[in-house]
Amino acid sequence: MNVYVELIVSALLIMGGLFVLLGSIGLLKLPDFYMRLHTPTKATTLGMGALLVASMIITSVRNGGLSAHELLISIFLFITAPVSAMMLAKTALHLQVKIAENSRNPELADTAKQQEHPAQSEKTEG
Amino acid sequence: MRFLFPMPFQSLVLFIVWLLLSESVEPGHIVLATILAIGIPQMLRGVQVNSMAIQKPFLALLYAIKVFGDIVFANFEVAVQVLGPSKNLKPGFFAIPLDLKGEFPITILASTICLTPGTVSAEVSSDQKWLYVHALNLVDEAETIEGIKTRYEKPLKEIFGC
Repeated sequence: MNVYVELIVSALLIMGGLFVLLGSIGLLKLPDFYMRLHTPTKATTLGMGALLVASMIITSVRNGGLSAHELLISIFLFITAPVSAMMLAKTALHLQVKIAENSRNPELADTAKQQEHPAQSEKTEG
Repeated sequence: MRFLFPMPFQSLVLFIVWLLLSESVEPGHIVLATILAIGIPQMLRGVQVNSMAIQKPFLALLYAIKVFGDIVFANFEVAVQVLGPSKNLKPGFFAIPLDLKGEFPITILASTICLTPGTVSAEVSSDQKWLYVHALNLVDEAETIEGIKTRYEKPLKEIFGC
């Protein structure tokens, strides 16, 4: 196999691995639930994306022709990741999960839970 | 025709996705793809919602490319924020006043906010006029809201024509 292809694939694999690792680190060290929600849903999209592109390149080169499975996986990932993140956030709002002390506008969590309009912005913006 | 394909677009997507999954265009797979493309929309007939049609497909494509670019670049930003000391982060909630109308465009906007790192959309007000978002590092609230409105909401308004 071509050396350049191998180089590109390894670079992508390392980058993907690093971003997935970063997602787990964020999950471990961030202080509250809402902040922890950010890393596994985000860093992993790029991490998984890089891994899938690497897989696509290597199977395409090895078998000839284009390998489409990885494209489908990434499309499904991009559709489902935001939905699951939003459902998790919504559940957290309803369970009134503890919010980090230095958060801004913590009172909005309650307004959001009631699905009402934010109080102070309505006064200023009509 | 309307009876066979209550959701023509979804049927087409199902057909193509099945062929891509099986990675072949043999007659057997085509028959199976056709059965799925007709069968699954039939089963979902009851839960069908009137999704808004995309008015400007070219703008939609540009939007997808822009969002993809944002995901890649903003990921590095979040990477730095996560690795740095957590005490320096200012997390927070904020509410975006929505100009978009309709469930589908709002869903797309909420998904975009979720996919671009640093923000997760959490809830919509019951009359669909406010979108509640949690940010990992909320430095300037007004600026963040303005950024989302001009960068994502405005093109979506044009794409869906609402």
